[in-house]
Amino acid sequence: MGSLTDRYKDNVLFTTSDNIINWSRRSSLWPETFGIACCAIEMIAAGCARYDLDRFGVVFRPSPRQSDVMIIAGTVTKKMAPIIRRLYDQMPEPRYVIAMGTCAISGGVYNTYSVVQGSDLFVPVDVHVAGCPPRPDALLHGMVLLQEKISASRQSKQVPAQGSSQPPLTQPPATIKENV
Amino acid sequence: MSMPDPFPLENIIDNFNGRVSVAANVTDMPCVVVSPKDLVALCLFLRDDQAFKFNFMADICGVDFYPNLPRYQLVYHLYSISLGWRLRIKCPLEDPPTAPTITHIWTTANWHEREAYDMFGIVFEDHPDLRRIYMWQEFEGWPMRRDFPLRGYKDKYNPFGAERPGAAPSITKGPIGDIL
Repeated sequence: MGSLTDRYKDNVLFTTSDNIINWSRRSSLWPETFGIACCAIEMIAAGCARYDLDRFGVVFRPSPRQSDVMIIAGTVTKKMAPIIRRLYDQMPEPRYVIAMGTCAISGGVYNTYSVVQGSDLFVPVDVHVAGCPPRPDALLHGMVLLQEKISASRQSKQVPAQGSSQPPLTQPPATIKENV
Repeated sequence: MSMPDPFPLENIIDNFNGRVSVAANVTDMPCVVVSPKDLVALCLFLRDDQAFKFNFMADICGVDFYPNLPRYQLVYHLYSISLGWRLRIKCPLEDPPTAPTITHIWTTANWHEREAYDMFGIVFEDHPDLRRIYMWQEFEGWPMRRDFPLRGYKDKYNPFGAERPGAAPSITKGPIGDIL
């Protein structure tokens, strides 16, 4: 849709096609099968039968080429960050990032020589899921928030992200609090 | 495991005739102090002597006593699987720290020594493969030394780190704004 960006005013064609595109995108958010630390255990629990992410059309995929979402679930070390960035770059657009847990959001308690102080420093994060680790419920809430964010996106208003290492965020990152 | 006989600590002392001493103020297990030049002979003796049979090298720890002298120390933990004995060997090192490798005595010492090298910069002479084991190869500094800043040095992944000595003050720009 890059050639249409900001060229036309809103009309029924674009709003209707936005609705269809957003519906299809938010209904099959496929995350990468990819966990770094203890948050990954909660992510796995969220994917299993008790919490059942499949209800939202969220199915884990083993390849970044087939994925829409990257859940950064755990402490990101400086050694790991370039690899995560590469996984992000391998994902086809549109792509989204969820920073799961305090470590992925800010480095957490690991304000040390080896830990990245927040995933925002190397990938654009859409949703921050707070907790240490967040319960599966919180990750589900994060997925719902991401779906709401996608529902509000406008194809004809988006800024193309090609060539930019840090695509601007169309909306400020949403942060949710664990209410348990 | 029952230990019918007391640990024959005097065997070690007698065999090494003043080159090995008993560490003071250690109560949890037998502990001896040896200089690096006698370390290999002591380890060979402890492994091969039928009274000890220390066939398992459990751990190697580095210690930095900065600003006290001697600055560095290596702590070896041995275990005798057949006799159930444990022994701690302390080996004080000068600055810059070098020690002989014991990889040819216990193969498992290979990675332990790489860890001590990675974290403290202790050089093990004749080690078959002395590379960093946790940090990436390009990392500069020895992070567990007491004169290394706890939060590491400032870079794009860690805006809260210390300034490198002699470096000009820098402002890190990130997607979340300017971070001093």
